[in-house]
Amino acid sequence: MVAMSSWGRLSSHEHSVITLGDRTRVKACLKNSIPGLAYGMGRSYGDVCLNPQGALWVTTGLDRFIAFDDSTGRLVCEAGVLLRDIQRLAISRGWILPVTPGTQLVTVGGAIANDIHGKNHHVLGSFGDHVQDLTLIRTDGEIIHCGPNERPDWFAATVGGLGLTGVIVQAEIQLRPVAGPWLDTETVPYANLEEFFHLADDSEVEWEHTVSWIDCISGGGGRGLFMRGKPIDLGNRPEPKGRKLIMPIVSPVSLVNKLTLRSFNTTYYHLKKWQAGRSITHYEPFFYPLDNLHQWNRMYGPRGFFQYQSVVPREVGQSAVQAMLKEIARSGDGSFLAVLKTFGNRQPVGMLSFPQPGVTLALDFPDHGERTHKLFERLDAIVREARGRIYMAKDARMPKELFESGYPRLVDFLNYRDPGISSGLSRRLMGS
Amino acid sequence: MKKKIVIIGATSAIAEQCARLWAKESPAEMILVGRDHEKTERIASDLRVRTPKTTITSIQADFLDPDQIQAVVDQICKEGDVDIALVAHGSLPSQKECQNDLKKCREALDVNGVSPVLFAEAFVMHMQKADRGTLAVIGSVAGDRGRKSNYVYGAAKGLVSRYAQGLQHRLAHTGVKLVLIKPGPTDTPMTVHLKQAGAKLAAVDHVARDIVHGIAQGQQVVYTPRIWSLIMMVIRHLPYFVFKRMDI
Repeated sequence: MVAMSSWGRLSSHEHSVITLGDRTRVKACLKNSIPGLAYGMGRSYGDVCLNPQGALWVTTGLDRFIAFDDSTGRLVCEAGVLLRDIQRLAISRGWILPVTPGTQLVTVGGAIANDIHGKNHHVLGSFGDHVQDLTLIRTDGEIIHCGPNERPDWFAATVGGLGLTGVIVQAEIQLRPVAGPWLDTETVPYANLEEFFHLADDSEVEWEHTVSWIDCISGGGGRGLFMRGKPIDLGNRPEPKGRKLIMPIVSPVSLVNKLTLRSFNTTYYHLKKWQAGRSITHYEPFFYPLDNLHQWNRMYGPRGFFQYQSVVPREVGQSAVQAMLKEIARSGDGSFLAVLKTFGNRQPVGMLSFPQPGVTLALDFPDHGERTHKLFERLDAIVREARGRIYMAKDARMPKELFESGYPRLVDFLNYRDPGISSGLSRRLMGS
Repeated sequence: MKKKIVIIGATSAIAEQCARLWAKESPAEMILVGRDHEKTERIASDLRVRTPKTTITSIQADFLDPDQIQAVVDQICKEGDVDIALVAHGSLPSQKECQNDLKKCREALDVNGVSPVLFAEAFVMHMQKADRGTLAVIGSVAGDRGRKSNYVYGAAKGLVSRYAQGLQHRLAHTGVKLVLIKPGPTDTPMTVHLKQAGAKLAAVDHVARDIVHGIAQGQQVVYTPRIWSLIMMVIRHLPYFVFKRMDI
C-alpha cells in the first residue's frame, strides 16, 4: 500500500497502486484488480482522483503516441500522454491543442474525465469538444469505442465522467492549426466587477483567450487584472529558455495567511497595473503560469488547501460573485490565486461536465478546519441560490444536495457507471 | 550523417526513454530489437510520431539463442557502422521463486547475465573492426554485492559488471568505448511490486537522462541516480558482521 495525495494535499490515504504500462494488458489488469480508479498526474485538487483503501491504476505509463497526421491535425495517443508533450510535439508542426487548462502537466485521460476548460471557452468550448474518438475499457472486460458520432451516449457519460465509466486508454483528438508559439497579449486593470463584465463582453469577439486575476480581499469592490490573448504569427522567433523553480519543502505553515495576503495582493495588483498594456508572450507562461514553479501546492503548508470553483449563470453573475467576494473578504481568509472568468454560451458535451454559460470564480483556501468549512457553507448558499454548481475536479467537500441540484443529468449518468470503479468523490456524493 | 543507434530490449522502460531522448537530440537511424514484436512496434510508432525525421526499424529476436543473436547483430552491422549500441534488456525475477525452482533460477541468470554478454560480444567484434562506436550495457547496483533479497538477479548483473570490466581492458587502446550503467531501483513495470511495497524509486526519465549523458561522455561506469555510487560504496565495504544483520 502506498500513501497517495491529490494536488490539494488534504489527505494522504493508503492505496494499492498498480501501474499500467501496456495498453494491451489493461483489460487483464482491471479484471484481476480490486475496485479501483484511473489516476494520472494527480492534479485535481480533492478526492475525485483518489480511492482510499482501494486500487489506483496509474496511467502515466500509457504515454505513447499512436499516430499523427500533420495534414489534418488528427492525433491518436494513449491516455497517459501529457498535454505538455502534445503541445511540444504539435506546435513545431503547426498545430496546437484547442483547449488546455491552467497547467499542461495533466494527462489526456484526466483532461477528458474532468472535461477541462481553458481561457478560450467562449470560442472553443471544453476539451471534450475536440475528442473525436476514445477507447474505454470496463472492469468486466468490455471495450467500448465511442465518440460524438459513435455510441454518443457513452461518449457523453465518459467526457466529464470522472473516470467512473471505465478506464480511458486511448483517444483521438482534433488539434487546431496555429502559426507558432506566440500570443499577442494585453493586461487591463479593472476597478470593480462591472468593469470586469464590460471587459469580458468587449473581448469576446476579438480575443480568443480571456481570464482575470481578482483581488479577493482588498480594494473593496473586486478589483483585478484582465488578461487577454490571441495567437500571433511571428515567423521563426526563437523560443525562450524556461527557468524552472521548485518549492523545495512543505512550508511549516501556510505562506498564504492573513498577514501576507493583503500585502501580496496589493503589491501584485499595483505591480501589474504599472506593467499593464500590450505585449508578446510565449504560450507557456501565458497558459501555464505556475508550471515552472514545481510543487507550488506545498506553499499552503502541511494541512493542504481547498480550491473552491463555482459557476453561476450570467444573469445573476455579478451579484452572486459580489456576494461571494464579500463573504471572503469578511472572513479574511482567501487566496492569492483567485481567478474570475466568463464561460461562453454553449452547452457542454458531458453529462457531468462543469462548464455552463455564466461566470466562474476559482479560489484557493488554506485548510483552517471548521472556520474554512463555515465559509464554504456561506459560499454554497450563494451558489445554490444562483442555480450554479461546483467543479468536481476541485472539490473535496461539497454537500450532496448541492451536487445533485448542480448536475441535473446525474440520474442519466449513473446508468453508465462501471461497478468495479469507485472514487473518494463518488462514494461521498453518489453513494458508491 | 545520421547517428546509427541500436537498442536491444527496446521495450524496457529505461530503453524507451533513452530512445525518446536520442530521437529528440537529432534525427537518427534507430534500430529497435525486442522479444515481443507487437510491443516493439508500438514503441516504434510512438517514436515515429515524435520525430518523423528519425528512421526506425524494429526487429524481433530470441534473446537466448546465440545463433540468432549473432545473426541479428551481423545483419545490423553489415548495413553500416553502429554509433551507439545499448543493451538494455532484463527481468527482475522473484528471489523466492529462483530459490525454489531451478528453471526460474536459470532463466533469470540467462536473461540478465548471459544474454547481454552475448549481445555485447557480438557487437564488439564489429565495432573493433571499425575502431569506433560506443557500446553500453545496463547492469545494476544489485551486482555490486550479493544480498539475500535478490542475489540471483544480483549474480547475473555481477557477471555483466565483471564482463564489462574485462572488455574495457580489452578496448583500452581502441576507438571503441564501453559504458557500464548501474541504475538503482527505477520506477518501471519491472519494479511494480517494489513500488506496491512502498519503495522509493527513481524516475525513469531521470535515469534515462543520466544514461544518455554518460554514453555521450563515454564514461566507464554510470551510477544513476548518482547517489547510488555512494550507497553501494558503503554497502560494498560494510564488514560482514554488520552486513549479516541487515535485512536487505
